[in-house]
Amino acid sequence: MKELNELNLPTNVKYDADHEWVSPGAPCRIGISDFAQDALGDLTFVEMPEVGAELTKGEEFGTLESTKSVSPLMSPVDGKVTAVNEALSDDPGLVNRDPYGEGWIVEVELKNTAQIDTLMDAAAYKAHVEKESAEH
Amino acid sequence: MRYLPHTPDDIKEMLATVGVGSLDDLFKMIPPDSRRQRPLDLPGPLTEWELSEKVEGLAANGGGDWKVFVGAGSQPHHVPVLVPYLAGRSEFLTSYTPYQPEMSQGTLQAIFEFQTLISRLVGLPVTNASMYDGSTAMAESALMAQRVTKRRAVVVSSLVHPHWREVLSTYLAPMEDVEIVTLPAGADGRTDFAPLKSVDKPAVLLMQSPNFLGVVEELSKAAEAIHAAGGLLAAGFSEAYALGLLKTPGSLGADIVFGEGQSLGLGQGFGGPTLGLMSTKMEYVRQFPGRLAGRTTDKNGKRGFVLTLSTREQHIRRSKAVSNICSNAGHCALTAAMFMASIGGTGFRQMAQVNLDRAEYLKAELLKAGFKPLCPSPTFNEFALVAPSGFAQKHEALKGKKIMAGLSLEKWYPQFKDAWLFGATETKTKADIDAFIAEVK
Amino acid sequence: MSDKCQCTPAAECGLILNEDLLWEKGRPGRSSMSVPESGVPAASLPADLAGDGPNWPDLSEQEVARHYTRLSTWNFGVDTGMYPLGSCTMKYNPKINEAMANLPGFVNAHPMLPAEATQGELQLIYELEKYLAEIVGLKASCLQPGAGAHGELCGMLMISAYHRHNKNKKTKVLMPETAHGTNPATAAMCGYSEIKVPLGPNGALEYATVEKLMTDDVAGLMVTNPNTLGLFENELPKIIEMIHQRGGLIYGDGANLNAIMGYADLGAMGIDVVHYNVHKTLSTPHGGGGPGAGPVAVSDTLLPYLPGPRVVKNGDKYEWNSDLPLSIGRLHNFYGQFRVLVRAYAYVLSLGPELKKASALAVLNANYIKEKLKHAFDLPFDQPCMHECVFTDAKQAPNKVSTLDIAKRLIDLGYHPPTVYFPLVVHNAIMIEPTETECKEDIDGFIAAMLQVAEDAKNDPSILQNAPIKTKVQRLDETTAARHPILTGDMS
Repeated sequence: MKELNELNLPTNVKYDADHEWVSPGAPCRIGISDFAQDALGDLTFVEMPEVGAELTKGEEFGTLESTKSVSPLMSPVDGKVTAVNEALSDDPGLVNRDPYGEGWIVEVELKNTAQIDTLMDAAAYKAHVEKESAEH
Repeated sequence: MRYLPHTPDDIKEMLATVGVGSLDDLFKMIPPDSRRQRPLDLPGPLTEWELSEKVEGLAANGGGDWKVFVGAGSQPHHVPVLVPYLAGRSEFLTSYTPYQPEMSQGTLQAIFEFQTLISRLVGLPVTNASMYDGSTAMAESALMAQRVTKRRAVVVSSLVHPHWREVLSTYLAPMEDVEIVTLPAGADGRTDFAPLKSVDKPAVLLMQSPNFLGVVEELSKAAEAIHAAGGLLAAGFSEAYALGLLKTPGSLGADIVFGEGQSLGLGQGFGGPTLGLMSTKMEYVRQFPGRLAGRTTDKNGKRGFVLTLSTREQHIRRSKAVSNICSNAGHCALTAAMFMASIGGTGFRQMAQVNLDRAEYLKAELLKAGFKPLCPSPTFNEFALVAPSGFAQKHEALKGKKIMAGLSLEKWYPQFKDAWLFGATETKTKADIDAFIAEVK
Repeated sequence: MSDKCQCTPAAECGLILNEDLLWEKGRPGRSSMSVPESGVPAASLPADLAGDGPNWPDLSEQEVARHYTRLSTWNFGVDTGMYPLGSCTMKYNPKINEAMANLPGFVNAHPMLPAEATQGELQLIYELEKYLAEIVGLKASCLQPGAGAHGELCGMLMISAYHRHNKNKKTKVLMPETAHGTNPATAAMCGYSEIKVPLGPNGALEYATVEKLMTDDVAGLMVTNPNTLGLFENELPKIIEMIHQRGGLIYGDGANLNAIMGYADLGAMGIDVVHYNVHKTLSTPHGGGGPGAGPVAVSDTLLPYLPGPRVVKNGDKYEWNSDLPLSIGRLHNFYGQFRVLVRAYAYVLSLGPELKKASALAVLNANYIKEKLKHAFDLPFDQPCMHECVFTDAKQAPNKVSTLDIAKRLIDLGYHPPTVYFPLVVHNAIMIEPTETECKEDIDGFIAAMLQVAEDAKNDPSILQNAPIKTKVQRLDETTAARHPILTGDMS
């Protein structure tokens, strides 16, 4: 596992408490943080919603599988799926190698763009991760 | 007691380490309301010799020496002595599920080979490491088809083994919204697909071929009918030897194959343990229950095997698992693999032909003895005939000679009046069959 | 290494032979099985139905014998060495049981024979059902389920049938955090969603917590006692009384029965149905995956719902009874895993009332290991355990040594690793269940090996991180296996 100071936490995206990130602007992309991909280990399968699916903040919209675990993907926002990252079907390891780039998971059309402002910035998210790790 | 190795000194020393005074004190945390108040009221302990005498007596008072001229889901077949000999090796027999691949490559390679040999037998590319038996493999096939199609309705042929249909009902009982639709038998002894048209959104059609009457079903027509309705075809069998001579269910359009593998080197054993077989297409693998062994490499690049796609299973996905199955019929699968390796493709086909020949001979002789055909369709190993009057009494009388002369079908199929199921495999020689006919006449 | 470690059965250099896959061997036309002449006229099937038969390799008898003998040498069984796999109860599998199960009279018995032909088989079923009910203190038992998880399914189907019969609207099941994965999976198959019940600080269920979660739509509780932390659930009778009063039933998971035979009374506790894993408690071999058998024992409440048909005794004759109006029906091709149950029957008669001592020694072995290892390994619940104890890698983690590394290092020292990463409620768990059949010297050898691992973790973590080094293959690539599954060999 990476130490806290080894984590890559870019400042151009927002984070939620379940370790997803959202990129502001259009298209708005959702993925998982470096912390999340490191904790899950090598991913073997990403189950994604269909294009057109409605996402609800705080609800499951897919799953991430490693060899020994299944973790839910929780939506950080309300919105409609406009694209899914097809490349992950062949190479789920993209999420591990490039979680904020090639490893994005879905693109959504936001219901309410202001919702992004309620998410954490990199500094707040880092504090959140630090607190969670300490509690563990 | 020979399985309990602790000497009084061992116990004393270990209790001292633990810091309690007696063995009973180890159980002090059990509160009085949960504690057992009376001693175990069990016979024994028996010595090894007393035990043998007792159990051998039960076996001698059992059915193992009967001459049985019917299968009905359990068939006598020859098994080379090599098979149980190798299967008895304790490295296989006394191991657990291969969760630590470095310590269980023997089991894992054997499962991978089993999966491959069964896939070649049924004509579908993915086979799991086994289910409990044929009936539970069928019930799991129905549940799997519901997940794949996101539909509920289950359709089953009335010519599937009646016990297997009972198991299906047991599994589906909590689903109050699911009705099991049963397709009737046609006059030809094959399933009548016509009523399928009136079923709303069927998830699956469950078939057995050869069916309970021994009749080879037209699976390609079954596939056509259910695929037109948007459901899956799950095709099963209780007599694996039939696939030595028949087209594979996979090639005829089955999306799922379930089966009973008892014929593949396993004794009848009063019905268990046997071997549930289940295969499917790669596109459905994430909805497929049961363990899967996969090929991979180790850190030095050497070929090796692991259990894989475990995220489908209960120990990881828990309430969202595709099934609750954990222990399967692993050692029966290993035994079946040893059997398949022993008989080989060439031998299996030859032996299947001997089965067909002997059964057809029995059929012909029974027809000569006054029986009438119930239906005209081609059969394998088993067949249904209408008995001449007085046969029921003869059937009873032959029990006195430890002969089971067929099985009455009326209990499950009241429409088949006076119909009996008969069968013979390679274990019945011409002389056996002739002697049997002489008794029946 | 201490002197004691001499008894660690570490591998020396090993005689590991390579062996090809079956279809990489053989030549068409070979066979290791005699095929008789049919001796009757040749028959044929219509051409439109006929196929080619399976493309299986043709091998000689010696090729088959060597193939599987070599494969067997890459395996580790209870007969090879200690197998302290927590929650799996890998006790010795007595050889007389094999001999009894392989009696030709049983191997060749057709399951559709009339009852008068199979009095011996029916008597065995009847008596074993009686014994299994007696051992747990319940009313009756049924041998039909095919394995432990199938017994669970049987139990929950019975609870579901009970509620449907009584027109109770139930949709949920209470599920302690320590539950085996089969419990929630089984509940789901019966249409129930789970309400997770958190543990109290001492690792067991607490009345107040369960009471708060109990609602009118709860069908019951699924509970393992002792639980998967190896701890006895001593508030259970009170919890059960409350659930019963509010219309729920209790499913007891019998995975850990080996800890309490003769000491606890499940009937007195209020359990309505419990399953046995005969490969755990009753010494039948696990066979590298199965077959098991999962008999269930029941209270009066659920007795009418047992699967059928049932063996009954009428005078001195045994008969099948299919007239069971409330029965959940059939769960198996025939009557269950009969020849597995012959082994269980042989085991019960071999020990008789001494089963109680088997449980006592299983608990003694586990507590002894716990005491000897608790200074070297983190023990999250430091209290008297039952038949198994759960440690973690917390003391080794700062040196970048994980539970997995500890497990793999034990392999090089000649032991099957304990269960790892379960129960989920303990982070990075190492769950050790020695069973009663291991003698003190072998237990001491295992303890010495574990202490050696702890020393290695301190002094040279790379020994653990690179382990195992003595096996045929090492640290297989499970990620690639799952990303690009290869589940069959050549399918041509």
